[in-house]
Amino acid sequence: MNRRGYARRRGLAGLLLSGLPWVAAGLRSAHGQQMNSGHLLTFEEMVKPWVAGARLVKMDVTLTAPILAENGSLVPVQVQVRSPMTTQDHVTHVHLLSQRNPVTHMAVFQLGPWNGRAEISTRVRLAGTQDVVALARLSSGEFRYDRMEIIVTESACVDAS
Amino acid sequence: MTMAIARVQWPDRISAGDVVKVRLLIQHPMDTGYLQDLNGKLVPRNVIRQLICTLGQQEVLRVEPSSGIATNPYFEFYLRADQTAEFRAEWRDDRGLQGVLTQTLNVI
Repeated sequence: MNRRGYARRRGLAGLLLSGLPWVAAGLRSAHGQQMNSGHLLTFEEMVKPWVAGARLVKMDVTLTAPILAENGSLVPVQVQVRSPMTTQDHVTHVHLLSQRNPVTHMAVFQLGPWNGRAEISTRVRLAGTQDVVALARLSSGEFRYDRMEIIVTESACVDAS
Repeated sequence: MTMAIARVQWPDRISAGDVVKVRLLIQHPMDTGYLQDLNGKLVPRNVIRQLICTLGQQEVLRVEPSSGIATNPYFEFYLRADQTAEFRAEWRDDRGLQGVLTQTLNVI
């Protein structure tokens, strides 16, 4: 178990250095453990189940997270949406989407005018370097988003032993 | 079965109409179902599926986390405090274990 983990980490480090982390790192983590990880989704694949054809614009949302996360098991992320949060115009949902995790949909937050401010923070798990998308649904039915690449040096999906 | 423990925090002095930051921390393993224990046995998934926060009668936040949320989930959000009311956080995990936290939010 340990040897495998070590080999994987070494392999990952080497690949990162070689500047070709995407494909090979993906294959590695999928091989190392029986899980559907390592496959990088496209942006469209990530947002499609939620957006479903509605208007989607990259504005008003600010996703804040470390550019380099040393531990993928605990990555603090903050989402701020510029919205007056009135009964007429507010944010109804904030989705956190992962490009590489076995479960793309990390969490959804339901907000409303009673929040006063469309801002949430949490701590997520990331299975390796990937893009994270914060998707906000407005009361008008439109969507706003922000995306950010987070470099993860140790994936959340390594064996605990 | 371990008892779920949680903690919620907000500013000490809250005036009516203030938008306050609420910080909620729940003690929970959030087992992903992908990791193995020390004997190499797969630990079954056990994550919080739903968290509902209410202030008085008003639902103020609903979160549906997945295995993508870290161990001991932490949530920070805002709410408008108009009057003294009871804040209540209620969550349920994959095993059906339910946790509740109540605390009075005092408005001066």
